[in-house]
Amino acid sequence: MSGVAVETRPVTSQQAGTGNGIERLANRLGRLPLHVVIAIIVAVWLIPTIGLVVNSFRSVHDMTVAGWWTALFPPNGFTLDSYNSILGLEGFASSIVNSILITIPATVIQLAIATMGAYAFAWMRFPGRDLFFIIIVGLMVVPIQMTLIPILHMFAALGIAGSFLAVWLAHSGYGLPFEIFLLRNYLGGLPKEIFESAEVDGAGHAQKFLSLALPMTIPAIASLTIFVFLGIWNDLLVALTYMGSSPNRPMTVVITQAVTSLGQNWQFLTAAAIIQMALPLAVFIGLQRYFVRGITAGSVKG
Amino acid sequence: VDRFITAIAATVGIPLIVLGYIRVGDALLDRLPERLHRWLRPYFWALPALAFAFVFMVYPTIRTIVISFENRDSTSFVGFRNYQYFFTFPDTLLSLRNTVLWLVFYTLGSVLLGLITAILLDRVKYESIAKIAIFLPMPMSAVAASVIWKFMFDYRPAGTTQTGTLNAAIGTVGAQPIAWLVNSTTNNPALIFIGVWMITGFCMVIISASLKSISPELLEAARIDGANEFRVVRMIVAPLLWPTITVVGTTMIIQALKQFDIVYVLTNGAYDTDVIATQMFRQLSTAGHYGRAAAVGVVLFIAIIPLLVINIRRFQQQEEMR
Repeated sequence: MSGVAVETRPVTSQQAGTGNGIERLANRLGRLPLHVVIAIIVAVWLIPTIGLVVNSFRSVHDMTVAGWWTALFPPNGFTLDSYNSILGLEGFASSIVNSILITIPATVIQLAIATMGAYAFAWMRFPGRDLFFIIIVGLMVVPIQMTLIPILHMFAALGIAGSFLAVWLAHSGYGLPFEIFLLRNYLGGLPKEIFESAEVDGAGHAQKFLSLALPMTIPAIASLTIFVFLGIWNDLLVALTYMGSSPNRPMTVVITQAVTSLGQNWQFLTAAAIIQMALPLAVFIGLQRYFVRGITAGSVKG
Repeated sequence: VDRFITAIAATVGIPLIVLGYIRVGDALLDRLPERLHRWLRPYFWALPALAFAFVFMVYPTIRTIVISFENRDSTSFVGFRNYQYFFTFPDTLLSLRNTVLWLVFYTLGSVLLGLITAILLDRVKYESIAKIAIFLPMPMSAVAASVIWKFMFDYRPAGTTQTGTLNAAIGTVGAQPIAWLVNSTTNNPALIFIGVWMITGFCMVIISASLKSISPELLEAARIDGANEFRVVRMIVAPLLWPTITVVGTTMIIQALKQFDIVYVLTNGAYDTDVIATQMFRQLSTAGHYGRAAAVGVVLFIAIIPLLVINIRRFQQQEEMR
């Protein structure tokens, strides 16, 4: 693990601890409270997740008679029961597939359309462009609650309520404003000269977009893909609203319904939650650099 | 099997359709008279994105405002009756109060903790490892985080073995177990803390990036002049970080207003924990009252309008600097 990307900075005399041995020791001791405070914060941030991971490998009986920390000492009593049970449960196993079938197409649809629209906003002049873009910037903060009822009606009228198509379209509509905003800023920052010299060679917009703009935007699209993908994978409200009782519903909805109904399967929730968050955590650990860079780029600018 | 085929078709098909749209459309536009195609081309490129934004955001927003003035099934005009309901009924007023609680404590908590962790971790060598720990909840879903904390807050009656981490911990110092999510003095702080726990890493990463851009010579000079660490932070670091803190703060306010998942999963608004977003969802799904649901949505929207204006202003300032 390489650690969250940080820019290095020269060590200051504070940190280097100059001077003789006694001074250095005093300096170290003076910094002890700093380390203690950090240790407490880190513990509060890590322990809940560790607790869930440990519990997911314990039997239902153990979980009800003793806390997860007792399993850290022998006899640990670790077992894969929860995972076996939850994967054997028809509703949950198919919801894993549903999550994938919702997330991938929805991500691809919106990024394809957003990139094309962002190009128009970055490199074309047309009446109303600035006004349209200000509307896009405004839409970024409009709560999706404002759209739920009319879109429910619309999906019902079109006969696609509860379908994958409905959720793909809804996610795409909600995600587009932010993506257009970010990609337009990125595309607009590309050097003008490249496009001008292509124009001299007789290239039209289609060619400039596909052979120049698109390849140069791949880094931005890649880090945006991570966020869009995780956003949809982790979504609850959209899926709950448009496919609350449909057999197509994703993991987040199935887990939520298990928690709220307090049915017989709630003990297996540990394993279910671990399965649901495995992909986001793997993406985070594997692509940390892009993740952190994407966050700072996206929000410091916008 | 059908679903797989549809999904694969959509994943491969959509980029191909977009490509075809660009290629064929551009070729067709080329055949038009010069002036016409010059005028039409930008709209042709922006059309798919604008159409999506209009169909899924602009039109529904306007429609929701209209529905909020209509009755249960949108068959007759009722004036402000749905708003009157919202601002007089105890349950909905409670959700308004709780959203204000979220607004204040979620925003303050996450920004302050993000700031504190960024400043503290800047001073130690294990910064990058510690940051991972604080950032870890960020990629999780609120659903998974809620399950994690359901086990942290687990409550058993006094006298029995406490399996919830928190109650076991306070038990070691002899305190009575607390039903964190049921007790109406602890449940709102508990839910808000889960939100803070999830988002602090986000605030920390942004504030930290801005902190690293402060010249170390400047800080060093202040220290040589005899300023202690607290003074350095208060007089130099804090003012320089202020623009970043306001950006992070407004983002957190928007997040606070929209909070839905954590409350819906853990209490579904019971025991006085309802917020505006869960209240709206209940009016929509359980009560099936579209007029009232829409009115709740509009209240949320009105609360966000100042932030919308701030965002647009900030965007316009950035444009002038480009």
